[in-house]
Amino acid sequence: MLHLILFSVFGFVCVAGAVNLLLQRHPINSALSLVVVMGSLAVEFLLLGAEFVAAIQVIVYAGAVMVLFVFVIMLLNAGEEERTSGSRVAWLLGIPAVLAGMVIVCWALLARSNAGVAAIGALPGHPADIAQLLFHQFLLPFEVTSILVLIAIMGAVVLAARTESVARSKRED
Amino acid sequence: MSFVVKIKSKMPITTFIIVSVIKTALVLFVLLTAVAYTVWLERKVVGHMQNRWGPTRVGPFGLLQPAADGIKFLFKEDLTPPHVFKPLYIAAPMIAVIFAVTSIAVIPFGNWFSVGKFRTPFQITDVNIGLLVVLGITSLGVYGVALSGWSSNSKYSLLGGLRASAQMVSYEIALGLSLVGVLILAGTFSLRGIVEAQAGHFWGFIPNWFIFRGGQIFAFFIYLTAAYAETNRIPFDLPEAETELVAGYHTEYSAMKFAMFFMAEYANMITVACLASLLFLGGWSGPLFGPGWLQQLLPLLWFVARVFGFLFVYIWVRGTLPRFRYDQLMAFGWKFLLPLAIANLVITAVVVVLS
Repeated sequence: MLHLILFSVFGFVCVAGAVNLLLQRHPINSALSLVVVMGSLAVEFLLLGAEFVAAIQVIVYAGAVMVLFVFVIMLLNAGEEERTSGSRVAWLLGIPAVLAGMVIVCWALLARSNAGVAAIGALPGHPADIAQLLFHQFLLPFEVTSILVLIAIMGAVVLAARTESVARSKRED
Repeated sequence: MSFVVKIKSKMPITTFIIVSVIKTALVLFVLLTAVAYTVWLERKVVGHMQNRWGPTRVGPFGLLQPAADGIKFLFKEDLTPPHVFKPLYIAAPMIAVIFAVTSIAVIPFGNWFSVGKFRTPFQITDVNIGLLVVLGITSLGVYGVALSGWSSNSKYSLLGGLRASAQMVSYEIALGLSLVGVLILAGTFSLRGIVEAQAGHFWGFIPNWFIFRGGQIFAFFIYLTAAYAETNRIPFDLPEAETELVAGYHTEYSAMKFAMFFMAEYANMITVACLASLLFLGGWSGPLFGPGWLQQLLPLLWFVARVFGFLFVYIWVRGTLPRFRYDQLMAFGWKFLLPLAIANLVITAVVVVLS
């Protein structure tokens, strides 16, 4: 009973944060709404019995990725958005189409035999079990993911260095 | 959905709630008093290092100075400058204090406390991922600093906030990696479990602490250095350097909000000191003697002695070292501490596997 209440409350907080992210005009408010979304996702993981994943969600997503988002918004001094009057096509066709799409996807997922029921502890939640899976069964995806992240970092460094050297060569002209 | 909870103690739920509320109130009271008196300790110790007295007028040895400071902060005019971004300006010190004070909930202070049939640990809650909870809350504490710097809408605050958040994010990595060696040796994330893994002695008299038996002496120093950077203390306190940035990210704050930033900084220091004593120095182990009730309270004393030692070292370093320049600070964190922490992790793992 308490479990259902907590699930509903934090599910509502998550969706409210996501909707607020879209509705806010200032990017910093949107970024903080996204932090709320990450936090409530962590609580949902905890309610499923995956305590390690919940902690890692807070440490990595809410505590590092979103801090960098906020950092960039602060650094680039992103101001408030301009709002146009909006398009009528979006209101008349877009929103009903999105809602219809969501209903179809949810119906397709729930029509499967074992969807919609999540048992606590059905999947490994203990850090030792996750470590076993990660380093034995899923070792190749793990290593490939780390190389992908390394490539992304190298790409970012190259892009930043290129704009710097272009600016320097322009100044020397 | 059925929900299975493994309740370790056999207490009825109302007793559990009452005991938890009492413990929370007690720990919060002790923590906030400790924060106030850490400020007093710092002023006295730094004063004596600089060959002057520090506070002596208010009460004997200036012991009532924190009370006087508290009253002063309460009665000061609480200005809100017109150019600030109001919602975040007001929320940022609250965020800083909330996250600084929350992580004390999973920190154990001593062994079990039993009176008759009633038994409870000296800890508000023993989560089996306690160390990850503390690291997560430390990561979230960056928001208080970053948002206060940005919402103040002034160039010194913004620079201080940016520097502080970049510094804290960089040193979090070295902090976390230095603790993984301890985790490999202990085999559990639970803080009580990590302390229990350090029980006993080897070679007769040397205690089994991870700093001795586990060989985590390098991890200890990496942790301490990264912790100084995380809590924005000298030699890493460029974000709030008075001579450089007026007062950094808390320039535009006055009265109670400023006091909240101070409380957050000292509460973070105390949390870091508690973690260091739990993870590297064996927690609350020490000689036990006397009657039963004294034997339950003595581990608290040993724990507090360790925490006090760490706070003293914090203040000692503050009075002694000059401050790092910002590029030196970032280079130190990324190019020196991080490789050292990874090397420590690899060596610890290899030694554990081979033995």
